[in-house]
Amino acid sequence: MDTLVRQLSRPAVPVHGEDDEAYGNAAEWGSMGGYGNLSRTGAISGMTVPRVLDPISFLATHTDNLSTNPEAKIKLAHGTTCLAFKFRGGIIVAVDSRASAGSYIASGTVKKVIEINPYLLGTMAGGAADCQYWETYLGIRCRLYELRNKERISVAAASKILTNLVYQYKGMGLSMGTMIAGWDKTGPALFYVDSDGQRIKGNLFSVGSGSTFAYGVLDQGYSYDLSDEEAQDLGRRSIIAAGHRDGYSGNTCNLYHVRENGWEFIGNYDVSQEWYKYNEKEKKALEHAGKAGVQGGSPMAVEA
Amino acid sequence: MGSPMEYNGGSVVAMVGKDCVAIATDLRLGQQSIGVAYNFDKVVAVNDKLYYGLPGLATDVYSLREHLRFRVNMYRMKEEREITPKTFTHLVSSSLYEKRFGPWFIEPVVAGLPQPTELDPHPKPFISTMDTIGCITTPKDFAVAGTAADKLYGAAEGLWEPDLEPDDLFETISQTLLNAVDRDCLSGWGAIVHVITQDKVVTRRLRSRMD
Repeated sequence: MDTLVRQLSRPAVPVHGEDDEAYGNAAEWGSMGGYGNLSRTGAISGMTVPRVLDPISFLATHTDNLSTNPEAKIKLAHGTTCLAFKFRGGIIVAVDSRASAGSYIASGTVKKVIEINPYLLGTMAGGAADCQYWETYLGIRCRLYELRNKERISVAAASKILTNLVYQYKGMGLSMGTMIAGWDKTGPALFYVDSDGQRIKGNLFSVGSGSTFAYGVLDQGYSYDLSDEEAQDLGRRSIIAAGHRDGYSGNTCNLYHVRENGWEFIGNYDVSQEWYKYNEKEKKALEHAGKAGVQGGSPMAVEA
Repeated sequence: MGSPMEYNGGSVVAMVGKDCVAIATDLRLGQQSIGVAYNFDKVVAVNDKLYYGLPGLATDVYSLREHLRFRVNMYRMKEEREITPKTFTHLVSSSLYEKRFGPWFIEPVVAGLPQPTELDPHPKPFISTMDTIGCITTPKDFAVAGTAADKLYGAAEGLWEPDLEPDDLFETISQTLLNAVDRDCLSGWGAIVHVITQDKVVTRRLRSRMD
């Protein structure tokens, strides 16, 4: 009778890890053992999934992936601005550094650019842990590729590893909207990858709650023929604008430039300080225009 | 749509000092995550000894402010004297309770110095705060309200001390407000502080983070 019950109550979905074969083979504990939940081949094994008939619909009731399920116990932090664009001098990647939980600012010093390896950058939007973990994992896979093929992985292939990976977990609450930027044998390359399984190649992306504000500044000032300095300033200005208008973005801006020899960290800028700087410049320009005989003050003047 | 109390954002804090009170507010007006204006003053003067702040739903800030202006003016005409902070608090409270079953989405904060009288020649500085339907609390240290209320409690609890002189009270309330709103997505974008003493009111605009 007991055996019958055990047989009937076995989960229908095959579950890796825990009490399975992972502990069986002694050789698996040595050099052939992989690392953590990574197998010898670099594939993921033992990522535990709820032991129910349908883990996807089970998780849907317990996670709040799109902030639409207020009853959910597992809440995810949202709110961010990340942008990246290709231009003559390579790729600019700029992000803010605010982490919010509800309206509370949990941190103002988050590193949202993940340095996958000296040639690849990933940005973080959505679940911080999801992005951090899977992009670090992507770094491992890229290094394995390099060792096996004696050649650096292309950005296209790297981003595809990530998409295929997150697609396996589709519907189970992963939340990430990321840009993978790098330089490979084909030149600079930029991809947008998200947890829906979407993967888009492009020249200009902006992601997160402040992305609309960033797009505004970015589109207005973008040209493929920008100089390095102009491009860096455009990236920074776009993040400042988003950090200013969007309540869930801000604090500081981290700026990276990807060139042929890999990425370079340009700097960390305080959003508020930079905003005051840009505002002073604008005020002076307006005063100057006023003196030059242009009518009235700002056409957008707000009543005092 | 989320709660009307968090729709526009904004916070107010009031503090008691030695023969003085202070009240301060941020200047942000938002539509949820979007910052719309940074000149939205939520603190109003009743007279030069009595101020109040109305954090909450912006449309109700305007309506309630006008309603209270009317009620205070009627009081002045009938009584031929200025309203005291305590009486004003009860006026606000009953105005709020009138809407018990469809409330104003506002949590007012009142701060004032009562006029010395023959009966009470040395009246104590007065602050009070209410919930949305008018339940009064009259703390002897500080009162907070708005989207950064929890953060304001933390900062005020750590910074406030009894019998602060006007200058020190200004410093204390300013640091309290600034540090609290810097941990709140929906408050900030500038601030205004009023320090009320028997002979003058000092009003200062603070330069704060704009993100």
